[in-house]
Amino acid sequence: MSETIYSRAYKLLVTAPPLAWVTVFLIAPYAFLFCFSLWTVESQTIVHRWNLNNYRQLIQNPVYLQVLLRSMRIAGMVTLISLSLSFPLAYFLSFYASARKELLYQLVIIPLWVSYLVRAYAWKTILGTDGVLNTLLMYTGVVNHPVSFLLYSPFAVVLTLTHIYTPFAFLPIYASLEHIPRNLMEASQDLGASRMRAFWTVIFPLALPGALAGATFAFVLSLGDFLSPLLIGGPSGIMISNVVVSLFGAAYNWPLGAAISLCMLLLVVLLLAASERIEKKLSFR
Amino acid sequence: MSLPAAVSESETLLSIRNVAKQFGSTAVLRDISLDIAPAEFLTILGESGSGKTTLLRLLAGFAHPDRGEIWMAGQRLDTLLPNQRAVNTVFQNYALFPHLSVFENVAYGLRAKKVRSAEVRPRVEQALAQVRMSSFEQRRPSQLSGGQQQRVALARALINRPRLLLLDEPLSALDANLRREMQIELKSLQREVGISFVFVTHDQDEAMALSDRIALLRAGELEQVDTPRDIYNQPRTAYVAKFIGQTNLLRGRLESGIARCGPIEWPAEGPAGEAVFSIRPEAIRLAEADSSAVRFRARVCQQTFGGATDLLQVECGGLSLTVRVPSQGELGQEQVFGFLACNAVRVMEAGE
Amino acid sequence: MNESNPRVPRWLQIHALLVFAFLYLPIVALGVYSFNGESVGGFPPRGWTLRWYRMLAADDTLWATVGNSLLVAAAAVALALLLGFPAALALDRTSFPGKAVFRRLVLLPLILPGIITGLSLLILFVTAGLKLSLLTIALGHGTALMSVATTELFAGLQKLDRAQEEASLDLGASEWRTFWRVTVPNLKLSIIGAALLIFTLSMDEIAVSFFLIGRDNTLPLEIWSRLRRGITPEINAVSTVIFVFSLLMIVLWYRLRTRDQRQQPGLAAIASAGE
Repeated sequence: MSETIYSRAYKLLVTAPPLAWVTVFLIAPYAFLFCFSLWTVESQTIVHRWNLNNYRQLIQNPVYLQVLLRSMRIAGMVTLISLSLSFPLAYFLSFYASARKELLYQLVIIPLWVSYLVRAYAWKTILGTDGVLNTLLMYTGVVNHPVSFLLYSPFAVVLTLTHIYTPFAFLPIYASLEHIPRNLMEASQDLGASRMRAFWTVIFPLALPGALAGATFAFVLSLGDFLSPLLIGGPSGIMISNVVVSLFGAAYNWPLGAAISLCMLLLVVLLLAASERIEKKLSFR
Repeated sequence: MSLPAAVSESETLLSIRNVAKQFGSTAVLRDISLDIAPAEFLTILGESGSGKTTLLRLLAGFAHPDRGEIWMAGQRLDTLLPNQRAVNTVFQNYALFPHLSVFENVAYGLRAKKVRSAEVRPRVEQALAQVRMSSFEQRRPSQLSGGQQQRVALARALINRPRLLLLDEPLSALDANLRREMQIELKSLQREVGISFVFVTHDQDEAMALSDRIALLRAGELEQVDTPRDIYNQPRTAYVAKFIGQTNLLRGRLESGIARCGPIEWPAEGPAGEAVFSIRPEAIRLAEADSSAVRFRARVCQQTFGGATDLLQVECGGLSLTVRVPSQGELGQEQVFGFLACNAVRVMEAGE
Repeated sequence: MNESNPRVPRWLQIHALLVFAFLYLPIVALGVYSFNGESVGGFPPRGWTLRWYRMLAADDTLWATVGNSLLVAAAAVALALLLGFPAALALDRTSFPGKAVFRRLVLLPLILPGIITGLSLLILFVTAGLKLSLLTIALGHGTALMSVATTELFAGLQKLDRAQEEASLDLGASEWRTFWRVTVPNLKLSIIGAALLIFTLSMDEIAVSFFLIGRDNTLPLEIWSRLRRGITPEINAVSTVIFVFSLLMIVLWYRLRTRDQRQQPGLAAIASAGE
């Protein structure tokens, strides 16, 4: 990247506004989040008394840990399934799809930007006892009465979140596959490797950074999701973010909610940092 | 037009028989037949679009001939997959594996064949020593210069002891000095290793410097396959004469043993009729009192100093000729030039 | 021309097909059922009606929220571009202590779950005494989508021929003039693309808006509250409309983007800048 000399004023003018905004609307809120997490609630009002009660509660009360673990399990499943769906797809697009590559890429991207709500709702109509899937199953005689576990269960949450976040996982995997020089496959075959071996020893290692990024996206976004659980999760599908939502709503305990949010924020940031570290190590440019 | 290639040894390593290849509606290779001898350095020379890379890929196994067959050492080659062939390739951009060290890159082929670790190490060390890259074992390709990457690519290919090594314009990315250096190295490496090299390039100087034989490819057909000396001194077609080195192409007629081009005549053999002759600029000299030379008087239009030699543009009865003479002071307007009749080579033109 | 893989492994093709089916069938089903004669989603769909669309057209409450969403989206586009452009310039052309941190912060809302962005902003507004309304939603969208603007514009800046700006400066033009006469026109496609994208994302946004909602609903939030009350087939219709609308926007955005030849995922581009 070539250096062009810009005046001090120019540089100041371009850095100041976004920097200011980021300070006010990103850093300050997180700071407040931190402060709130150290306060407490007494008789329906937030009291600005500094204490670590919230964190103590999180550690001691097993309920929170349970929900967190369930959330991580769900997020983990979503990540695994998303990866297994998107990796072969990305590989197919990158290495085999020559003529239709552009079109197919667009087709994968489109669901990504089309209303979360629409997609989650679609599953609600499909999975319900009166839904498309059930009536289809009954119509074809596979079952005699509607299958009830489809909706309002962790299963439904995993299914919906996978549907929503698979394109998210796809993007970085596709990008890293595209960066692989095409003649590497040929070179490895030329040297005597079978197609299989060529894939595992050359393509896969080079696609790993992308896969890791995709996995991180899928995991982090799934973990923090609260809309799908509310819509189709039912009582058994509650995730950690739902707990936070209720703490900011009916259960009225902002400080505790802030504490959980802060923990989530830290977890996400840690995951992103770790992921980036590893990606850098695995990348050979 | 199919030209059987002359091979001096009775044994042939590789035999390309009437191979043709089409991509879509374009015929990239038409009816190619070529034999390659063991331990031969053969260069496939041609412009871009001549089909030379396609021919190489057919040998490597990354493309299949639409017609014809390829045989190697008595067995059918073109039906084998790339990883089944005793053929290895040095790719144009080296295609080194960025995530593996130099050592692992070179060892790749051995590992693919499940060679024991104990055996891998000494073989890799030997291969690297052969290309003088021993101290770079643990480096990554991104840390190497172009020339170094090239040597690693060579080692990586040669360690598998192929019977045939294919090189796809490997020197094109290097600067002039490095190129010359690598040419010398390649040539001596080939002698040392003793296997056949098939080298693809568009650079005729390179071809002439390196090859035992040159196969000149034009628009999917072999124009000529000969040693560098023969292809230079005895070009078969006008295209060959022009592509390799500089030449003068004189059009005229041959009748009753006399070739006539403009005001110049000389005794020549061959069927009567329209004829094109190729005379190399250095074959024309300032005339001496040599009776066997064909003489003609010409006007010197331009004289360009070129170090050891001068390049002259001369004009003679409507003919424009390029003459290369030892460097001398400025020549007068009119000069007498001469050449030996045997240096006027009759060449075919396209369509003949 | 790659002939070394003439045969695509069957299973790979089938897999791709299945994944596309998985991604699209639910939405297609939704669309099909928006014309369904019966009010619930039975199989096979019975009847064929435009009733739900007619209901949709007459639904004034919903249209009011559409208006709200448009306002918010417009504000979000303005905000995101006004902030994202300088941010992209800053990342592309300056270096200052903390630039890497700045870059990460700007990009954070892209990958951070909406709840965290939403909640933290909620706390900010409450502490500052700002009443929740469409304004707070707009501020939230602006903050969250600024990262999208930055990414898009940064990618555009990377493709920009620096020599043009240098020529302009060399000829005596001020930086301001150079910016408006050289930089911006060259980035036209990027700017329009970013605007399209931000607009669409804002119209669909729900996670952040959820926490910043005041008296007035945006379209997604209105749909959401109706969903909580129960399914009505009218929602099928509105979802289909939203889908088609978003589809058009995204296709348009993509066409614009590929007009610039190379496509490069913005995040990867930014990642290499700060280093």
